[in-house]
Amino acid sequence: MASFKLTINNQPHTVDVEPTMPLLWAIRDVVGLTGTKFGCGIAQCGACTVHLDGNPIRSCSYPVSAAAGHKITTIEGISKNADHPVQKAWVEHQVPQCGYCQSGQIMSAVALLKQTPKPTDADIDTAMQGNICRCGTYNRVRAAIHTASGEMANLPKSTPKVGKR
Amino acid sequence: MSQKPTQTNESRRDFLKAAGLTGAAFALGLTTNNVHASPVLNLSALPESVELTPYILIEKSGKITIMNPRPEIGQGTFQAIPALIAEELEVPLDKVTIRQTGGETKFGGMWSQAVGGSGSVRGGYLSMRKVGASAREMLIKAASDQWTVPVAECVAENATIIHKPSGRKLTYGQLAETAAKLPVPKEPKLKDPAHFTMLGKPMPRPDVPLKVTGQATFGIDSKVPNMVYASIERSPILGSKLVSFDAAQALKIKGVKQAVKVERVVGKNHYQGVAVIADNYWAALQGRKALKVTWDHQGYDTFNSVDFEKQLRDLAKSDGVIGHNTGDFDKTFAESPNQLEAFYETPILSHSTMEPMNALAHYQPDGKVTLWLSTQGGDLTRQEVAKVLGVPMDNVTVHVQFNGGGFGRRITQDFASEAAMLSKTIGKPVKVIWTREDDTQLGPFRPMTFSAMRGALSADGKAVALQHKVIAPSIDATMNETYDKTKPDGTMLEGTNEQKYAIPNLNTRYVHADIHIPMTYWRSVTSSTLAFAHECFLDEMAHKAGQDPMAFRLSMLSKDSDTKRVLEKLKEVSGWDTPLPAGKGRGVAQWDFFAGLAGQVVEVSKTKDGGLTVDKVYCVIDLGTVVNPDTVKAQVEGSVAMALTAALKDGITFEKGQAVQANFDKNRMLRINEMPIVEVHILAEGGPTIKGVGEPGLPPLAPALANAVFAATGTRIRRLPFDLEKV
Repeated sequence: MASFKLTINNQPHTVDVEPTMPLLWAIRDVVGLTGTKFGCGIAQCGACTVHLDGNPIRSCSYPVSAAAGHKITTIEGISKNADHPVQKAWVEHQVPQCGYCQSGQIMSAVALLKQTPKPTDADIDTAMQGNICRCGTYNRVRAAIHTASGEMANLPKSTPKVGKR
Repeated sequence: MSQKPTQTNESRRDFLKAAGLTGAAFALGLTTNNVHASPVLNLSALPESVELTPYILIEKSGKITIMNPRPEIGQGTFQAIPALIAEELEVPLDKVTIRQTGGETKFGGMWSQAVGGSGSVRGGYLSMRKVGASAREMLIKAASDQWTVPVAECVAENATIIHKPSGRKLTYGQLAETAAKLPVPKEPKLKDPAHFTMLGKPMPRPDVPLKVTGQATFGIDSKVPNMVYASIERSPILGSKLVSFDAAQALKIKGVKQAVKVERVVGKNHYQGVAVIADNYWAALQGRKALKVTWDHQGYDTFNSVDFEKQLRDLAKSDGVIGHNTGDFDKTFAESPNQLEAFYETPILSHSTMEPMNALAHYQPDGKVTLWLSTQGGDLTRQEVAKVLGVPMDNVTVHVQFNGGGFGRRITQDFASEAAMLSKTIGKPVKVIWTREDDTQLGPFRPMTFSAMRGALSADGKAVALQHKVIAPSIDATMNETYDKTKPDGTMLEGTNEQKYAIPNLNTRYVHADIHIPMTYWRSVTSSTLAFAHECFLDEMAHKAGQDPMAFRLSMLSKDSDTKRVLEKLKEVSGWDTPLPAGKGRGVAQWDFFAGLAGQVVEVSKTKDGGLTVDKVYCVIDLGTVVNPDTVKAQVEGSVAMALTAALKDGITFEKGQAVQANFDKNRMLRINEMPIVEVHILAEGGPTIKGVGEPGLPPLAPALANAVFAATGTRIRRLPFDLEKV
C-alpha cells in the first residue's frame, strides 16, 4: 500500500491503496464518486472515461500511481449546476436511455469540444468511437454534440458557464 | 428542474418515517390488480402525509410522490408510468417526486413490478390511469363535501380542486387527509384523450438530468455501512463442479479478508464458485486471480460450437413437433412446380448490458435479507431470493435502482440470490460485482436458432405453402426440469404463425436440441432470430415469383390488416418506388408478434473498398395509442443498434467448453461510426389498442438488411452474423 495525493474536481484527496489499483476504483470505492462507471476493465467501452489534465483517459486501465499529482475531472466536476453546454444539449436531445455509459460519453464529448470546438461528423466518429452505448443512443449523441458546439461558439470567452477548467 | 426524483433508499425510508407511514399503513391499499380495494385509511399516527393509494402519497405541504412500479432499464418507464397516473390526477409531472417500488405485494401480484415483453405501458395504460382517476375523484369529493357544493361544480387542475362557480380553491395538500377517508370510486371516470396534457406528447424524462450529472444511482453504485466487496471465480466451462480451492496466496493480498464457496442458481442449474471478500473491489479481484481452484469439468470441456451446429443441421432432418398447421403443406409443396428451400442460421448471443451484473445483499441473522440492485423486477428478485434462501418472501426487501441496461438479462435473478447466499455465509453486507468476462461468458444467453424453410408458389406466382421448421435449444428446457419435449415449444416458434400473410398452407415445426448451457429471454426473444429466416425466405419467394418484395408482401395482406398499413406507410416514407442509383440496394421486412408490430426498410451501399455500408433505416411502428412519442423513437433507434450488433458483430461461440468471446474486444458492439440514420414513423390513431414499444423495432432489422444486401449485390445472407466488408 502507498499513499497518493489525487486532485479530483479541484478537491484534494489522499488515498491509501495499491499503486496498481486502477484510478476508476480509487474514484468509486475510496473517494466515493460513483458517476464514473465500470464497464469492461480493458479500456474497450469508455464508461470509465475521466479527464487527466483535460484529456480523456480510461480510468479502468490507468493506475492510480500514474494519476497522482495530476488534475482529474469526473462527470461530477464538469459543472456546478448541471449547466455545461454538453449536459444541456444531452437533456435537450434526451440522449440517455439506461444512462450507464453516458458519464463516459459526456466526458469524451467535453474533451472533443475543448480540442475541436466545431467538430465534423468525422471528428465525432473519431473522438466518440471508444464509447460503447448498448442502448444505441449514438445518433442523439452526435446531434447533441453539434448543439453543444453551437452553444459554446455563442458564449463569450469569459463565461463561467463552461464548467471548471 | 423543480423535480427531484431520487432513488436513495435511505432517504426514502426517512421520508416515510417522517410521514408517519407505519407498516400497518402499508398493509392495505389499492393495487393494479384490484383497483377497487380500500385505500389506506390508517391515520392513527396522524401523519403529515397520506397515501391516497399505495401509488400516490400527498403531504400537507402539497408535495406529491408517485410510485413507479416498473423498473427503469432505459426504456422510459420512470416517465411513462408516473405520467399515466399524473395525467388523471391532474398534476404536472415536473411537480411530482417519482420513487421506484421494490416488489412489495401491496403494489400488485407477480410480474406487476417487472419489465419484459414490452408490457409496462400496455399493462398500465388503464390500471395506472384508474389509480390517478380514483384519487382525483376522492379529492374532488373531499372538496365538495367541505364546501357543501355538488361534485359536478368542482374540477381538478394543477394539484388543486377549484369550485367553478365561486372560484374557491383547495390544494391537494389541504384535502389529502379527508380524501383518504373516502371510499374509492368503483369506476372512476377516465379523461377523454382529447384533453390529455401529457399523454401522447413528447415529454422529457425525469431521469435524464440525473443521468447527465452522474447522480443517478445504478445497482453497482449502492453502498451501505460496513459493506465488503466480492469477486467470484466461477468456471467459464459451464457445468463444472468445484473440487477444491486454495486461497493461501489470495489471502496475502492487502484488503482481502476471506474466500468462501458460493452457489449460483440459474433455473434448474446450480453452479459453484469461490468468492473472494475484500474491503475494496480491486483487492477482491486481485485475490480472485490469486486463487488456485480445481474444477471437475464433467466432460463439458469438449463442448464446442462447430460440433453443436453440425448436430443442429443433422437434427433438421427430423420432423420435430408441429406447432401450427393450416391447410396441407406437404401435398401443396409436393405438387407445386415452383418449390424453394433454404436454411438459415443465427448465433447464441450475450445480453451485454453496459452495467455488468451485480448486487448488494445484506442477510441478517433473523432470516431477513435486503438487496440493493439493478433488476428487471423487484417482485422477481424477492421471489427468487426467498426460494433460494428458503425464507418467506416477506423476509426479502428489495431496493430497485436504475438498471444499466436489461434486455432480458435482469429477469433471471441468479446474481441476486448468489449475493444473498454469500451475505448469509459471511454475515456481512456484500456487494458482488461481475467482471465483464463473467458477464459475457456465464450466460444465460440468447439461444441460437436454425430454420429450415420450404415454400411453394402457384403457377401465377402466389405463395401457396410455407413451412418454417425451427431447430434450436429451448429457453424453457435449459431452465426448467419439467420441460416436456413432446409438446410444441411456443417460445421457440414465436411469431412464425402470427404473420398476417394469406398463405393457405402454413406449417411450423420445432425440433428440440439439448444443450447444457442456460438460455433466456433476450430483447424480442426468439423473434430476434426467427424473423430473419422467415422474412428473408419471403424475399426469396418474391424473387422466384419475379415480383417486387414490397408488392409481393402487400398482395398477401387484407385491406384491414395492421401489417398492410405498416407496409404501405413504409413504402411511402422510404420512397420505395423511386429507383436507387447503382451500387445501392434496399430491403424490406416486417414482424408481428407478442410485443407488437413494426416494419423496416434498410438502405445499403457499396463502399470503395468493396464492402457494404448501412446508410439508412426507415421504421414504421404500429402502436394504436402512444404515450411518449420521443421515448418510442428512442426505443426504435436503440432496437436498430442492437439488431445491427446482432447481425454484424460476433455472437458467442464455444471452444473447449467455454465462450470464446469474453470482453468487448472479441464480443464487439456497434459503435457510433457504424450507426445508420434511423427515421422512425409512429402509427397511432388512438383508440383502445395499445401495442408494445421496447422490442418490435428489433426483429425486422436483420431480414430487411439481408434483403437489402441481396438487392445491392445478388448475394443471399442466410447466416448471422455476417461481415459487411466481405459480402
